[in-house]
Amino acid sequence: MSVGWTLEPTQDGGRSPVRTFPVRPKCSARRAARALLVSPLAFGILLAACSSSSSPTTTTKPSTAAASADPYATVDLHAPAGTLSGAGSTFDQPFFTKAFFLYNQADSGVSVNYASVGSGGGIAQFQATTVNFGATDVPMSPLDISKATGGQVLQVPIALGGEAISYNLPGVAKGLKLTGPVIADIYLGTVKTWNDPEIKNLNPGVNLPSNPIEVDHRADGSGTTYIFTDYLAKISPAWAAGPGTGKSVAWPVGVGEQGNEGVAGYVKDTPYSIGYVELAYALQNNFTYAQVKNAAGQYVYPSLASVAADAAQKPNITAVDFSITNEPGATSYPISGYSWVLVYQLQKDQGLGTTLVDVLDWLSHAGQQQAATLDYVPLPANIQQLARATLLQVTGPDGKTQLLKTS
Amino acid sequence: MSVTTIDPLRPGTSRGLRRFLEVPDGAYRGVLAAVAALFAILLLAFIASLVIQSRSAFAHFGFSFLTTHKWDPVHAHFGALAFIVGTLETTVIAMVIAIPIGLGCALALAFAVPRRLQVPLGTAVELLAAVPSVVYGLWGLLVLAPWMRQYIEPWLGHITGNHFPFSGAQIGTGLLLAGIVLSIMVLPTLVAISRDVLMAVSETEIEGAFALGATRWQVMRKVVIPSARSGILGATTLATGRALGETIAVTMVIGNTPAFAHSLYSTSATMASVIANEFTEATEPYHLASLVAVGLLLMALSVLVNLAARLAVRSVSRQRAIGVGLL
Repeated sequence: MSVGWTLEPTQDGGRSPVRTFPVRPKCSARRAARALLVSPLAFGILLAACSSSSSPTTTTKPSTAAASADPYATVDLHAPAGTLSGAGSTFDQPFFTKAFFLYNQADSGVSVNYASVGSGGGIAQFQATTVNFGATDVPMSPLDISKATGGQVLQVPIALGGEAISYNLPGVAKGLKLTGPVIADIYLGTVKTWNDPEIKNLNPGVNLPSNPIEVDHRADGSGTTYIFTDYLAKISPAWAAGPGTGKSVAWPVGVGEQGNEGVAGYVKDTPYSIGYVELAYALQNNFTYAQVKNAAGQYVYPSLASVAADAAQKPNITAVDFSITNEPGATSYPISGYSWVLVYQLQKDQGLGTTLVDVLDWLSHAGQQQAATLDYVPLPANIQQLARATLLQVTGPDGKTQLLKTS
Repeated sequence: MSVTTIDPLRPGTSRGLRRFLEVPDGAYRGVLAAVAALFAILLLAFIASLVIQSRSAFAHFGFSFLTTHKWDPVHAHFGALAFIVGTLETTVIAMVIAIPIGLGCALALAFAVPRRLQVPLGTAVELLAAVPSVVYGLWGLLVLAPWMRQYIEPWLGHITGNHFPFSGAQIGTGLLLAGIVLSIMVLPTLVAISRDVLMAVSETEIEGAFALGATRWQVMRKVVIPSARSGILGATTLATGRALGETIAVTMVIGNTPAFAHSLYSTSATMASVIANEFTEATEPYHLASLVAVGLLLMALSVLVNLAARLAVRSVSRQRAIGVGLL
């Protein structure tokens, strides 16, 4: 099964992988569960890619078409040999694992060890300069940056995700209409039953039961919660004044479950429940999820396209002004956000620094197609440019030599 | 009771062995002392690093860290009371379920089961200890929680008339489920040690009691259990320690709500579960220090439970004792 080779630019099938993408041997159960959820989808996409090809010999060279479609795929694979280490976000882990594996196969002198210890751990290890790069779901705050021991910090958007509001309502199909204020009221506990007028008025003709709403949220600190609460705080003054925005918040109501798979499992098993999950989980598990009213007043389903449309509305994100929830645009899905990679502007080792920026540049451009196979939203073109512009600021030990070569 | 199995001074022991045991006496003792000290030092290092890393939380929140239950990372208010209470509640529920079952099981294995079944049944119970806790958690969340919600909780509500503590929303996850999962997890410890202690009860005493005309039940109640009392208490302590500190399985089934429970069905949170949940992403001010502080409190709680059990064992074992060495 030569899954995962669609983007592999130079190999002619000499090596054949045995797995869809490598799962770290020490992975936890939830990561393994995610891998299990994700792999059939990647396989499905490959099947679709294969079946669309008419040539019977395609299987031996599956990479050609995809590689030529993307100009960066070959251009970017020129990093000097070296071993990089990174640590941080668990949200990025499936994407990074697959992307770094493919990079290593294509340019075998480069290997990247990524430890998904969580954003907090990633920031701590980055601050102590024990890793070459960190990854975090929420950019480092000025306070975090002041504790960094390696000099000026650059933060690069690397992955984009959206969140679905999924629910389990016997007799009600996908596409219940919800607005931000109503979602906030459900999570504040002021809307208690499914047939509350607030929900009923948005959904005329839908037979809503009178059962209490079983609210579910993440129990573990997570970027997913940050994005969700960021959206609620933006759209509901009561939420902003109450629980506020954070990776862990003091929830007024509801049950906490661990990880996306925990929330997904709870919603699946519990009638009359509601929960927020990463888009990938909702898409891959065929969930019933809601249409959410965006800033333009349109009800929009979460999808790779609608999240990308939302993100593209704000090309000038910075590490301080990074929120992209509730952006304008008729097709924008309002609950979405980035994950970030952290690098030091001044690289103490010229060679390793060059490897680092080359790998990250590939990751934020050609590598984004790998993200798409795992149901992350590929970065919009303007954000890819922003990532490159940021990486261009990285210099060698002299503080002048630009390490990323512009092509 | 001496634990020495080879006496180097006893005639008949081989010369080589005698030399090995006699000659490097000082060095031998030194090595043993170093190994023993290593663990003491490790424990002190644990405590020291916990204290150092949690200092800012205790300094900032003071005593209110122990007496308030508001846990709000966004606004940097941290109080651990809800977690302390949640930990004690789940542990009590687990032990209330586990002690009668565990003791019954140990008695059955020691005395009631035919000899050829003793080993396979004992092994089966001990194998429960080999199941990783994440498997218990998954089983609790995916199998037991739906059962609880659909059958067990409505049935409990039916026979108790939904009176406290069997009141509230029946959602499956919560204190009761966490207690049940924990009780199964601590059973192997409880059963294996209790069985060994019960089987060590002097056979002459048992036979003497039978000779006096005691029934099987009377022998158990009047001879066997009193003799094994301190050992059983020791087993219970070890099991309680495990219940207090169990993390991942509890986290998966308890619902993770830092609030006081008002029924057995309420969702709650324990000290170990909040650390597991929030440690990796704790970047807000005082958040990490507060989590380390919770860890320190959990350690203190475990030590207190152990000390209490030690005192209990001592008072019990003044009368008659088997298995005091367990503690």
